[in-house]
Parts: sequence; structure tokens; C-alpha cells
Amino acid sequence: MDFINLIVQLLDATVRVSVPLLLACLAGLYSERSGIFDIGLEGKMLAGAFAGAATAAVYGSAWLGALAAMAIAVFLALVHGFASITHRGNQIVSGVAINFIAAGSTVILGQAWFRQGGRTPSLSADARFNPITLPGAEALRDVPVIGQIYSDIISGHSLLVYLAFLMVPFTWWVLFRTRFGLRLRAVGENPAAVDTAGISVTWLRYRAVICTGVLTGLAGTYMAVSQNAGFVKDMTAGKGFIALAALIFAKWRPVPAMFACLLFGFLDAFAIRFQGIAVPLIGKVPVQLMQALPYILTVVLLAGFIGRAIPPKAGGAAYVKER
Amino acid sequence: MSTPYAKLPGWADYGLIPFINLVVAFLVAGLVVLLVGESPIQAAGLLLKGAFGSAAGIGYTLYYATSFIFTGLAVAVAFHCGLFNIGGEGQAYVGGLGVALVCLTFDGIFPWWINFPLAILGAAAIGGIWAMIPGWLQAKRGSHIVITTIMFNFIAASLMVYLLVGALKPANSMAPQTRTFAEGAHLPKLDWLLEMFGASIRSTPLNLSFVLALVMAVAVWALIWRTRLGYEIRTRGFSPKAARYAGINEARIVVVTMMISGALAGMMALNPVMGDQHRLQLDFVTGAGFVGIAVALMGRSHPAGIVPAAVLFGMLYQGGAEISFVMPDISRDMIVIIQGLVILFAGALEHMFRPAVQTIIASLRPSAMRLGPAKGEGV
Repeated sequence: MDFINLIVQLLDATVRVSVPLLLACLAGLYSERSGIFDIGLEGKMLAGAFAGAATAAVYGSAWLGALAAMAIAVFLALVHGFASITHRGNQIVSGVAINFIAAGSTVILGQAWFRQGGRTPSLSADARFNPITLPGAEALRDVPVIGQIYSDIISGHSLLVYLAFLMVPFTWWVLFRTRFGLRLRAVGENPAAVDTAGISVTWLRYRAVICTGVLTGLAGTYMAVSQNAGFVKDMTAGKGFIALAALIFAKWRPVPAMFACLLFGFLDAFAIRFQGIAVPLIGKVPVQLMQALPYILTVVLLAGFIGRAIPPKAGGAAYVKER
Repeated sequence: MSTPYAKLPGWADYGLIPFINLVVAFLVAGLVVLLVGESPIQAAGLLLKGAFGSAAGIGYTLYYATSFIFTGLAVAVAFHCGLFNIGGEGQAYVGGLGVALVCLTFDGIFPWWINFPLAILGAAAIGGIWAMIPGWLQAKRGSHIVITTIMFNFIAASLMVYLLVGALKPANSMAPQTRTFAEGAHLPKLDWLLEMFGASIRSTPLNLSFVLALVMAVAVWALIWRTRLGYEIRTRGFSPKAARYAGINEARIVVVTMMISGALAGMMALNPVMGDQHRLQLDFVTGAGFVGIAVALMGRSHPAGIVPAAVLFGMLYQGGAEISFVMPDISRDMIVIIQGLVILFAGALEHMFRPAVQTIIASLRPSAMRLGPAKGEGV
């Protein structure tokens, strides 16, 4: 029984830590599928987390917080778009810039406005997205295994968690079953063909980065307004880059992206749970190795040792209309 | 790289446009200061006073600048090859391992002037190898160098934490750092250099690696513009296709360039580890690897631009500390914002003001537009 409890706890933690990864990963999916590389996911999440927590703290509403988070993340996404779509700047450079601007300004503004060493005030329960108990979770709690899975792993998360997982089929539907999605994928592979068909490459790519902004804003909201009760300096701690790694791991497809995020989330949850404890069969694994594993796996995957990750063909290149 | 923009006279291309970009970046930073509720002009005054107002201030400014020259050169060398090495942070971090291993082994045996070259080799070798792997993966397996170098930053951080809380930590200590090196692994300070100009000061961390950084700046210039390898690097950066057509071994150039870049980033570790703290500490790089990106972009990847850009960022680091004494709301993190803004305006948005500048110059001096960039000084 103890073993099952442990597994349930571990999986529950996996779901929790996977959610920001998943939202950020899907965010990156829209942008990168349209041909705009975005290593600024981290910065947009961080800015979103700060704006969300600050707004929720001042106005006492989680919903306003989510709106503010999305607004600021969309703003940063538009800056990225302005630099890389309109001015044909280097997309990597622009993403790096956004990461730094977000990292610096969240601390400076947080300290100036709230004076708690870069934190935002702790949020009360009614200013957060709280866990939702799904119908029947209490009744089923005592049923072995299935009841536990339902009541502990599936039930009891906040609205944003369910939203994040619903975004997976939704994103799949948008990308592969709508006209917008077809064009979005086309513009990431061959923008000239899309242009020839009379569709604006610029406007299409701008819409893609706006989607990225909305989702990274939600990722930030989840971290600061649901998972934690406020913003802490540098709270994303590289999650934006893990999300990027997951995106590559999933070869830019929504459903594998979910599994990649769950895998990386599981590694994280496992590392926290088994910190310094000897694991059966493996022995004592250094916690640093567990932490580095997502990055190592990504490097190995990118090198083509486990299948090949082929990015959208026009990714990273600005589109110059022929004159 | 075909730019969709017409040519400008050299002075505008290499002087005016970077200057405008920089000014805009600082104006936006000033807006942030206003938003915090302080006066940007007063902040700028404090910054200058803190950085250059005293000999000690200058010492600290140049100490920080030393690190940024190394990392800036590292990023610039890779830029010339068309590679974006974001891994400077990680390469400098593991470079510290090379310095520490040399110092811990020989600090009681040799004097500093033997240990210094050994430590340079150690830092360059480990930094170079750490960058070589992403380079090799790019050249042979086609993995994107930006992503791999980012991943290697995280792997380096994990590796160094593992070593510093484990093998490198003295048994009787709790702090995650090595033991303090003996006298034989302390680099000479350069206080006398400042005292020569008549200032008597308390000790600053400015040390001999500053001279090494300047030597490296000259060496990088010679490498890129005066050697065959440099020519091949620039050719690869300008057009990989042309390089292949000219019979240049592309894979070799990519790997070698990344090794040089990583070696330069690794040498950054000499400055804090051997020059100032005399022990290997957790997170001793403190973002210098990332500042290198801003420095290289601002200096347009030329050593003659990188050294002043590094001094500017050294000034921001040192002067920033001064500002936060008087204005507690403006902490070190302000520099991170400025860094981001410089990268944004001097890097990603470098072409933003070009059409306007073009129009103005064309209307003022129609003849200037027909001249190519100034001859000889190809930057």
C-alpha cells in the first residue's frame, strides 16, 4: 500500500510541475511552427508570473491577474515579433534580450512597488486559482487504485491545470484541422508559397506570436497565482528552456509535447522526492544528475541518437518579399 | 547573408547607427528608472561617479571589464563563423574547474609566474572542450548550436554544483567551495598601475588577467583578420555555401572556432578565481558569460569595439553598486535590464533606424551613398 501511495504522490507531483512546462511548450509550438524561433519563453513566463501575482495581490482577483499576465506576455511576444518579423532581426538575439529584460525588470519593479526583496505580497486563498474537487472524487477515494488515481491524481488541481491539458487536443485541432493551422504550418515551412497564395506572412506570424504570448502568460499565472502564492525572484528557474527542450523532444507536435513535458516533470518530481535517498536497483543518484537529465536527453536527441528532430524549415529566418 | 538594406558610408554603419541604438537602449532604461520613482539623471551621475570618481572605482570597473572582454571575445569569434555561442556562461564555469585544478595541485610548489601559464592552459582546455562538444554536434550531427549551448550551460551548472558539494570541497567545510589557494596561486594585483597616476588606494581586485585580456583582444584581431584560419572562419560565417565551394573543411572550421570561443570564455575564470577570490566558488561567473553577448553585439564583434564595450559594462557593474547605496530600489538587477535592452536595440533591432538614417544621409550628401564602406578597415 505504501508503494502505491508513493507512486500516487509522485504522479500527482508530476502533473503539478508539468503544467507550466506544458503551457510554455505549447506556446513555443505556435511560434516555432510559424517559423519564429523563440528562446524568450522563459522571460515571458517570468514577466507573466510577476504581472499575474502583482495584479492579483493589488486587486485580489486571480482572474485579473491572469489577464494582466497574458497582457504583459503578449506585449513581450509582440516586441519579439516587431524585432524578428518587422525588422528582420536575429530571432535568437531578440529572445535572449527578452529573457534579460524580464529577469531584471521583475525584480526591480517588484522591489520598488512591494518592498519585499523582489517578492510580491503573499496571495490570500480567494486571490488564487484554487484546487477543484471533481464530482465523485470524495466518494471514490476509498476504492483501491482506481479511486486513488481519480481522486488524488486527476482531481484536486486548479482550473489552469485542466485548461493546460485541454489545450493539447485544442492545439492539435487548431494546427491540423483548421485553415489557420494549415497556413501557420505552411508559413513555417515555405513562407514564399504562402505569400504567393496571397496570404500575409507578416500578419500570420504576428498571430502566432500572440498565441505564444497568451500561453506563456497562462504558464506564468499558474506558477505565481496557483502553484505558489505569489511571485519570487527568478521563479521560472530555467523552465522556459526545459519547455523548449520538450518541444524539440516532441518534434514540434502537440500530443508528444504533452508526454515530453510529463516526462521532464516526472524527472523533476522524482529528483525532489528522492533527493539523497538510495533508489532500489539504481543506488544513490546524485540529485544534480537528475536535474541535468532533461538537458542531457535533449542534447542526445538533437544529435540524432534517438530519432531525428527536424525543425520547421523556415524557422529562424526572416521572410524577405521578393522585389 | 544578403541584407535587404542599401550600403551606408562606413562612419554611419560602424559609428552612427550603433551609437543611436545604444542611446535608445539607455533612454528606455531611463524610463524604467522613472517608473521606479527615481531620477534617471541623478542615477547616471551616481553611476559615473561610482565607476570613475575614485581610483578604487576605476580598479573595480576594470576588474569587471576584464571578465567581459574574455566573454565578449568568445561570443565574437563564434559570431564571425556564423555561430551563436550562448554557452559562454557554462564554458567560463567549467573553465574555473581548470584553473582550480591547476591551482590546487601546484599552489604550494610553484610561484605564480609558473602557475599562471599553467592555469591559462587549464582554463582554456576545459572551456574549449566544453564548447567543442556542441561544435562537433553542430558540424557532424546538425544539432542547433544555440540549443545545445543553452543545454550545456545547465549541464555545466549541475556538474559544478556536484563537484563543489562533493569532490572539490575540503572535508571539514560546509561551504560549497574549494580551499583557499596558497600564495603561489595568487595573481599579482595591478594597484601600482592606478597608483602610477598619483592615486593612493586601498586594494582593488584588478589583477594581471586584465593584461591577459588585452593581449587576447589583440590576438583575436590578428587571428580573425591576419591569418588563414581567420579568413576561413569569416568565409564560413559570411556564406557556408561559398566556404564549402572554396574547399574549406566546414566541420573542422566549426569545431575549431567553437574551441577557440570556449577557450576564451574559460579564461574568464582566471580573473575572479585566481585574481580575486583565490578559491573556486559556486556561481562565480555571475552572468559574465551572458554579458559577453551584449558586449560582442555592442562592439560589433571587433576587439576594438569589444574592449570599450566591456569597460562600459564594467562601469555599469561598479557604478550600479554605487547607485544602489543611494537609491536602494535600483539594485544590480538594473544592469540585467540594461543588458537586455542593449542586446535588443544593438542586436535584434539593429536595422530599426537604418532606413531613417539612410534617408537623412541621402538627402544631405547624395554622393556619400554611392561610396562603399571605408576601405582597409573591414570591421
